Amino acid sequence: MVTDCDAVIIGSGPGGATAAHTLTRAGWDVVVLEKGRNHLLELEAPYGPLGHMSNDEIKFTRRHVLGPDPMLEPRSFRRDESDGDRLYVGDVNNLPSTVGGGGVHADGKLPRFREDDFALLSTKGAIDGADVIDWPISYADLEPYYTEAERLIGVAGEETNPFAAWRSGPYPMPPGADMFGATLTAPAAERLGLHPYRAPTGANSIPYDGRPACVNCGFCGYYGCPVEAKGDPVALLRAALGSGRCRIIPEALAVGVTRSRNGRTATGVRYLDLSVGPGTGDPPEREIRSRYVVLAGGAFETPRLLLRDDLGNSSDQVGRNLMVHFQTLTAGAFPFRVFGASRGRSVTHVHDDHIVGDDAQDAAARAAGLPWIRGGLVEHGGAAGPIQEALIYGPGEHHPVAMVDSSLRERLWVFTMQGEDLARPDNRIDLDPNLRDAWGGPAGRMTWSPHRHELVASAHIGPILEEVLRNAGAEWAVTSTSPPIGPDAARHPMGLPPASRHIVGTARMGHRAEDSVVDAEGRLWDCPNVVICDSSVFCTSTGYGPTLTLVALAARTTRLLAGTPLSGAGPGSDRR
Amino acid sequence: MGDPSRAEGSNNEGILDHAERRTLVALFDTLVPPGPVSDDGSPAVPGAGAAGGDRYVEALLGAFEFDPPRIWAGGPSSGRHGGEDGFSSFLELSGWEARAWRERITGWTEQYRTALAKLGVDFADLDPGERRARLSTLDPAFCELAFEHACESLYGDPVYGGNDDGRAWTAIDFRGDTAPAGWTDAEVTHPYGSNGPPW
Repeated sequence: MVTDCDAVIIGSGPGGATAAHTLTRAGWDVVVLEKGRNHLLELEAPYGPLGHMSNDEIKFTRRHVLGPDPMLEPRSFRRDESDGDRLYVGDVNNLPSTVGGGGVHADGKLPRFREDDFALLSTKGAIDGADVIDWPISYADLEPYYTEAERLIGVAGEETNPFAAWRSGPYPMPPGADMFGATLTAPAAERLGLHPYRAPTGANSIPYDGRPACVNCGFCGYYGCPVEAKGDPVALLRAALGSGRCRIIPEALAVGVTRSRNGRTATGVRYLDLSVGPGTGDPPEREIRSRYVVLAGGAFETPRLLLRDDLGNSSDQVGRNLMVHFQTLTAGAFPFRVFGASRGRSVTHVHDDHIVGDDAQDAAARAAGLPWIRGGLVEHGGAAGPIQEALIYGPGEHHPVAMVDSSLRERLWVFTMQGEDLARPDNRIDLDPNLRDAWGGPAGRMTWSPHRHELVASAHIGPILEEVLRNAGAEWAVTSTSPPIGPDAARHPMGLPPASRHIVGTARMGHRAEDSVVDAEGRLWDCPNVVICDSSVFCTSTGYGPTLTLVALAARTTRLLAGTPLSGAGPGSDRR
Repeated sequence: MGDPSRAEGSNNEGILDHAERRTLVALFDTLVPPGPVSDDGSPAVPGAGAAGGDRYVEALLGAFEFDPPRIWAGGPSSGRHGGEDGFSSFLELSGWEARAWRERITGWTEQYRTALAKLGVDFADLDPGERRARLSTLDPAFCELAFEHACESLYGDPVYGGNDDGRAWTAIDFRGDTAPAGWTDAEVTHPYGSNGPPW
């Protein structure tokens, strides 16, 4: 077969960037298709920054600069079938659609999972109404790739978390500056028996890999970094481009994987060239032929592509078992400014205690008739910018007084618990039966509602977090959730769909073709020269942010593909 | 990035006429009014209209009068805290992004024209109670849009037309953009200096 490259990679976010880096280092020629615009780096040597990233609340939070524009790429949401075809149309978990993907806007909290996260069924047991399973790989299988991912991205951290999994090497950098608010809440958490620690963060605390240290500008989460202190994904993409074996094509919307006659072998990718149009008609369809195809569009777009292309779904599992993080948001206002919305890197401290659990958590589960509950990583962080605050107060005479007082911004400190969400087959991404994108393709639809586990865990842990805030000196503390629950859900300022950008599942990995989409090496059971390198392969959500794990998985999958696995790694290994 | 010069053949008179802009200023000042002068003499928060809300809306509705369109300010810095002024050089839009923004702006323009006409040319002369009564006759969807734009104009970067001289940021003690200077580690961890937190 005549090919244009060894692999086409669909998506340039953390997973796609990792795949590009790994494969080019192995001597492969790759083409990266990115449906969004390029605001990140020059695509010709020396691959410098484009200078588009900035401290600009309007551009990043109000005007979709990182995409996708919901007018071009609408998505729909419903909680379950009783909502009809859809409850909402617009921005549904819109991770950036741009060169660099979700890595561009993330504040870069990059924790590893723990050993038992890969064996949830074995260690905790089943729960009625949820599809709790073990991963087909263990922490030991992934550990060398975690270490590689931390080194490639540049993670600043320290080894003081008593619950952390074992690790084979230190963090590449020490932690950055503690945010002031965390210097209040971390000691308070310790006083109440919790174990906060400095968050592993993909922002340079010192100059690293040719990029400068973070300047603490205060515009981290939801913003691109204007000084390139965030390593994910620019470091990986720049290295891939620098190999001379990588070509990135922005504004290239993949619409199908071309296959051999029997459908078992991919031969390339068809895409719409969005750099053309709309004035000259429909965007032209182009094709790149390759030996392998890497899907890295994320846990929303990857199943959408598979479903619209009728690929990889012989198990009827594509799109199913969608998991988001059920966020418990506990906010407290202090009698003085804590500067959480203006200085530092959004979050500098976290604690894991509610993932590990304790007797009280077990008792709360039993009282609710559940065998167990698990919460998630709690981020000690600041609030949003002044426009976001201004919108919350609503119009009227009170507005300027409230803004000066700033109880919802500069005096506010927020705990965000990324609560574990249990997999359920009916929580899924599928194709909306009527809604179309600007180019005529079926829009993706999210159907999601929480299991009782998430609600019970949130109800138990929220009051603990409120107590920590009051112990730290907050005048008041209040807890809400995203997605919102209760009769006022539709009026929640964070919207009806889940606000968490941590979205996983939808193309789970497994041991058997009958109940999974990819094997333990990330290959589609139905078409083995197609691999998935994003969070759609996750079997559980855990309570940790997914990015470092998906990068490690992408490194593992593509190293196995290229025949360059790291020492000590391999399916089935479980050594320490 | 390109120069924010007006596009060839553009309408130099703007999108809204003088009367509409006067009504718009009053509307924004009603939704997001000025704050009282504080006892310690700190500058008061300006009203969203008086601080340039009309210019913000004019710049938004007239974004395509410029090339590149004035939708996304450039970067990486404004020049206020080091570096050069990159904000003033707006970013190019792709053809598809431009189509979406043209459609969005066309809808907004119609909403503004309809609402401002309904408020009437005397709206700016009414007392606050009368203004609120007239506001209640408007489409709630427009009121929501206008409030969002009022907040964006007052607390967004001045490059978009509102927040005159950063007066609103000063009034709420917000530095705005800070890169590339940012904050020192000491300013992040110990913002109250050696005196410690004020409790």
